[in-house]
Amino acid sequence: MNPRLRWRKFVSNFMLTMTGLCAVVAVSVLFFILGYLVYHGGTSINWNFFTKLPTPVGETGGGMANAIVGSAKLLLLASLFGVPIGFFGAIYLAEFSGGTVAYVVRYAADLLNGVPSIVIGIFAYGLVVLPFKHFSTLAGGFALGLMMIPITLRSTEEFLHAVPRELREGAMALGASKSRTIATVIVPAAYRGIVTAILLAFARVAGETAPLLFTAFGNRFWSPGWGQPTASLPVMIYTYAVAPYDDWHRQAWAAGLVLLGLILVVNIVARGILARGIAVPRS
Amino acid sequence: MATSTTTVPSAGPVEGSRSFLSRLRDGDEIARLITFLFAASVVLVTLLLVFELWQGSVLARHKFGLNFFFTRVWDPIFEQFGALPFIYGTMVTSVVALLIAVPLGIGAAIFLAELAPQKISATLQFFIDLLAAVPSVIYGLLGVFIVIPLMREYIQPALKSTFGFLPLFQGPAYGVGFLTAGIVLAIMVIPYIISVSREILLSVPRDQREAALALGATRWESTWKVVVPFARTGILGSVFLALARAVGETMAVTMVIGNAPAISASLFSPGDSIASVIANQFTEATGDLYLQSLIELGLVLFLLTFILNGLARLLILVTTQRGAGTGLA
Repeated sequence: MNPRLRWRKFVSNFMLTMTGLCAVVAVSVLFFILGYLVYHGGTSINWNFFTKLPTPVGETGGGMANAIVGSAKLLLLASLFGVPIGFFGAIYLAEFSGGTVAYVVRYAADLLNGVPSIVIGIFAYGLVVLPFKHFSTLAGGFALGLMMIPITLRSTEEFLHAVPRELREGAMALGASKSRTIATVIVPAAYRGIVTAILLAFARVAGETAPLLFTAFGNRFWSPGWGQPTASLPVMIYTYAVAPYDDWHRQAWAAGLVLLGLILVVNIVARGILARGIAVPRS
Repeated sequence: MATSTTTVPSAGPVEGSRSFLSRLRDGDEIARLITFLFAASVVLVTLLLVFELWQGSVLARHKFGLNFFFTRVWDPIFEQFGALPFIYGTMVTSVVALLIAVPLGIGAAIFLAELAPQKISATLQFFIDLLAAVPSVIYGLLGVFIVIPLMREYIQPALKSTFGFLPLFQGPAYGVGFLTAGIVLAIMVIPYIISVSREILLSVPRDQREAALALGATRWESTWKVVVPFARTGILGSVFLALARAVGETMAVTMVIGNAPAISASLFSPGDSIASVIANQFTEATGDLYLQSLIELGLVLFLLTFILNGLARLLILVTTQRGAGTGLA
């Protein structure tokens, strides 16, 4: 083998090894994150964390029961607001609309998807917080729901498009109306994909913090009803992590572990549903 | 429409043959109308968002005009507001992030698309997808407790002793600052670069590779001199996408950047980005002008990500369509 060729082979192998190294480094970040959270958070999670309210500043102990309930309420509200718009909007795009309208809606959804979460927060502040004159669960849920819309819409539309044409035509040939075809044939056929889309949208907003800072704000007590400021897990992690108290840091780790655990589980379940389902292309 | 003479009522997919009334009775028109309202609300809410940002910053826009972007002073007490320190902070942190993330991300994408066997590639991509799902506040948490001490104790002193003659690496090592924020941002955007670049590389037609290999190129030469240039535009798109993410990223940056409206040549210096100053000061903004200046920062952020995302989409679209059009794929 001449030296030139040997050199080229060496460069080739070397560079390819380097790309492998890049991949390993990138993926190992996930395990670092998980490892640190389990290490620091695992020792801090206890029964109190799930059942107690935060203690007054300076006292150790207490938990984040109010933040867990707060997050649940926010996410419920977000899903009630974001999922129907995304789902029915997608049905319109996939089944009813002509070219121009669909283009405009898709464009708006993509635009909304790219808006930084903090700007969504400003928007929700102006639209919901200012008219009601105070921070509320409602405003936080609105902000999160807004972020769910584009993800649900675009993926649901894609899964509806992936339903084989024959199914549509079969239903129509049997005399079913279009709306009946959609309700009894198309949506059930794309059902796994739609569930996946909704779960992924849910997981995406579950960890969002920035839009909650000035909509749901925060609360060290229970938040009754929907019109009061409320604590939430992501905001608690932020407040506790930047505060100077060791006991708060401990609880921030615990909250981080719970939150990330929830998000990763939802993600894995969502992708699992799709992997077992009909062979529809995934973006 | 007049009824036809056929005895069997038409119920086929040909819509023109059915009267408006019958379609209404079957619920088609109602379904269309209802779903249309949902779809239209997406457009409406997006327009409302733009309007809200524009309207909400009217005072600040009129008072400061274009000077807003060139003024270094951010003084809530004397109501002087200039965005320059924050624009600078956003720019510096994003550039640092891209300098780290682009080589790493593209390298990893090449490995996943070109080298790794299908199964390994899919598994690694699954982990990358999970990594992209990790919320920003978790990165912030690790930034505060792991990256900042690491920077303060080891990395910043090491950089100072080796590259200390450069103004970039001078000044006290606080741990927080532009460099730390850039590094955390880099870690956050790498998954986006990998996912998009991998898709782009996979869309490069197979015959491009085979032709290069047949001409005697090594595997790396075929990848680096043929496949990557073919996918160049799309990869650039993934970089713009990552840049848009980095610019809009809030929580992790807020937690590690140090929060001081400073313009400093040193990467060790604490600073502020557009997003972080909004996150920090919005709830404590007293006075209309203060609040409206923050909303104007939000408007700037919106426009910035709008442009970057638009460019990214365009570039990615161009490449994938060319890939699909020219070869067997």
